[in-house]
Amino acid sequence: MTFSPQLESRFETLLKSYPPGRQRSALVPMLLYAQDEVGSITYELVEEIAGRVGLTPSQVNEVVSYYSMLRRKPLGKYHVQICTNISCLLNDGDKLWEHACKKLGIGHKGVTADGQISLEEVECMGACSWAPAVQVNYDFQHFVTPEKLDELLESLRKKA
Amino acid sequence: MLYNEPSPLETKVLSRRFGLPDSASLATYLATEGYQAFLKAAGMKPERIIEEVKVSNLRGRGGAGFPTGMKWSFVPRNSPKPKFIVVNGDESEPGTCKDRVLIENDPHQLIEGVLIAGLAVDAHAGYIYIRGEYRYLIEIVEKAIAEAYAGGWLGKNIQGTGFDFDLYAHTGAGAYECGEESALLESLEGKRGIPRIRPPFPAVAGAFQCPTVLNNVETFCAVPAIIRDGGAAFAALGIPRAGGTKMTCLTGNINKPGVYELRLGFPVMRMIEEVGGGIPRGRKLKALIPGGSSCPALTAAECEGATMDYDSMAARKTMLGSGGVIIMDDQTCMVKAAMRIMRFYAHESCGWCIPCREGTTWLRKILVRFHEGGGRRDDIDLIGDIAKNMLGRTFCPLGDAAAMPTISIVEKFRQEFEDHLDGKPCPFEHADHTWDKPPGLSSDGRSSGA
Repeated sequence: MTFSPQLESRFETLLKSYPPGRQRSALVPMLLYAQDEVGSITYELVEEIAGRVGLTPSQVNEVVSYYSMLRRKPLGKYHVQICTNISCLLNDGDKLWEHACKKLGIGHKGVTADGQISLEEVECMGACSWAPAVQVNYDFQHFVTPEKLDELLESLRKKA
Repeated sequence: MLYNEPSPLETKVLSRRFGLPDSASLATYLATEGYQAFLKAAGMKPERIIEEVKVSNLRGRGGAGFPTGMKWSFVPRNSPKPKFIVVNGDESEPGTCKDRVLIENDPHQLIEGVLIAGLAVDAHAGYIYIRGEYRYLIEIVEKAIAEAYAGGWLGKNIQGTGFDFDLYAHTGAGAYECGEESALLESLEGKRGIPRIRPPFPAVAGAFQCPTVLNNVETFCAVPAIIRDGGAAFAALGIPRAGGTKMTCLTGNINKPGVYELRLGFPVMRMIEEVGGGIPRGRKLKALIPGGSSCPALTAAECEGATMDYDSMAARKTMLGSGGVIIMDDQTCMVKAAMRIMRFYAHESCGWCIPCREGTTWLRKILVRFHEGGGRRDDIDLIGDIAKNMLGRTFCPLGDAAAMPTISIVEKFRQEFEDHLDGKPCPFEHADHTWDKPPGLSSDGRSSGA
C-alpha cells in the first residue's frame, strides 16, 4: 500500500518512539492516522500495518475490534458525532440527536446517500462544561442548539 | 483558548497562565517563571523532590486520590531496568473536561511536571497518552514538545544539568477503559485496553514491564508549583490531607458551566450558587454527582454543608473523583439519568470480567425497559442487587464505577422508580424541554461570565 509522504513520515517517527523491540506500541496510533487517510480499516491496511510492526493480521484485528474510533467501513466525508451522555443529556443532547436523525433521515452510524455526512451517537467526548457538544471529524462544536446544528449541516453539505 | 469566563472565586495556580497571549508557547511559559521549578529540582536530591511532593499533600487528580508523593516513592531506586513516566490524558469520565483546558492552555506546565517526576525517580523517557478524540490537543502537545527540544528543555543534557529526557505524545483511539492505569499501559503497548492483574503495580512493572510513574495530567501540572513555591505553600491552599486546588468542571443544569480552579475544601453550595451562578430557570437542585459519573450521587440535602474534598465526600459515601461535577435540577428524571449512565458503562466495559460485562448489560436492559414504562416492582430491588454484586468483583474499577452511582440513585430516589411503575409514563418527560438558551449564555453560545 502507498501512503502520503506525511503519513509515511509520521509512521517513521512513531516506530522510533518506543524502546527497542517494542514497535508494536505504535500500532494504535498508526491505525488511527492511517484510517484518517484511507477512510476505514480495510483488510489490505491491516496486512500492511501488521507487516510494519511485526504482528500477524489476526493480532491487529484483535486490537481493531476493541477501539471505538477504529472502523471497518467508511463513513461520511464529514462524520457528525453527537454526545448524549449525562452532562449533554441534561442540556437536551438527546433531543439534539433526535433532531439530527430526522433532519438527515439516517440513524446511528448511517451515511447520507451522497456520502457527504454520517451520524453517530457517541459517549462522553470531554466537552461536558460546554454541552451539548458535537464533533465533526475532530472539530469540537460547543453549546449546540438545533438551529446551530441545522446551519452546521447545511455548511457541510455545501463543502465540496 | 478559554471556553468560559474565569470566576473571581478561583485560586489560580495551575490555570495562572490561562488567558495570557499565546499561553501555550514556550516564550510565554519562560516569561512567567516557566521551567524554573525544573532547574530548582535539578539541584535537589531525588528524595527531597519526593519529600516536597509528599509535604504538598497532592493527591492523584484522575479520580482515585492516591497520595502522589507516596506513589512516586514506590518506584524502586536500584532497578537495573529503565524507568518511564506516563501521563494519563485519556480523560473520558463523563462530566470531566479539565485536562483538556490544562493541555490546551499550558502544555509546557505539563512537560515541566513530567521532567520533575523524571528527576525524582531517575526516568529518562515519558509518554503523554491522550484520548483519540482530542486530536487537536495531540497537535498542541507535539508542537510544545518540539519547541521544548529546540529550546533545550528536552533531549540530552537539558540546560547543562546532565539530565536527559525524551518525551512522546501517544494517541488513543476511543476507549474509556484506557483511562484505568493498567489498561492504559496495555494500550500504550499496542494491545486491547484490558486491565492487568495487580500486583505488581506500575511503580514496579508498568510500561514495557519497567518501573513507571503514571499520573493524571492535572497531577503532573501541579508539580511545578509545588517545587517552585514549596510543598507547604501548596498544601496551605487546601485543607489538611488534601493540598492545593482542584480543576473543577461544572456541568449539567448550571447557569455558568465551565472549568474553574477552586481550593480543595470549597463549599459545594457556594460553588453552585456563586461560581456557577445557580441553577437555570429558577429551578431547584435535585441531585449532584461530585466527580464524574462513577461517583455516587448526592441529594440536595446532602450537598448542604458538603465541601469539595476527599474527606467531606467520603463522609457522604461518595468521592471527589475527577472533579467533574454533574448538577441535576428538579425536573431531571433520575431513572433516565441512571439509565443513561448505565448505557455508557455497558458500552465501555471491556468484557474481561464477567460481573462487569454481564452486570452492566443486564442493568442497561432493565433500566431502559424501566424508563420506557415496562418496569416491574421487583426490578427496583433487582437493580440494586445486581449492582451490589458487581462491587469489588472486577480487576479494575469499571465494575464499581457502574455500580456505585446506580446503587445511590435507586436508594436515594426510590420514589421516582415507583412513579414509573404500572405503565405510567415518565413523570418528567412533559417537562418543558424548551430550546431556550440557558441564561448566562451570550448569542454566540459562549458563557457570558460574571
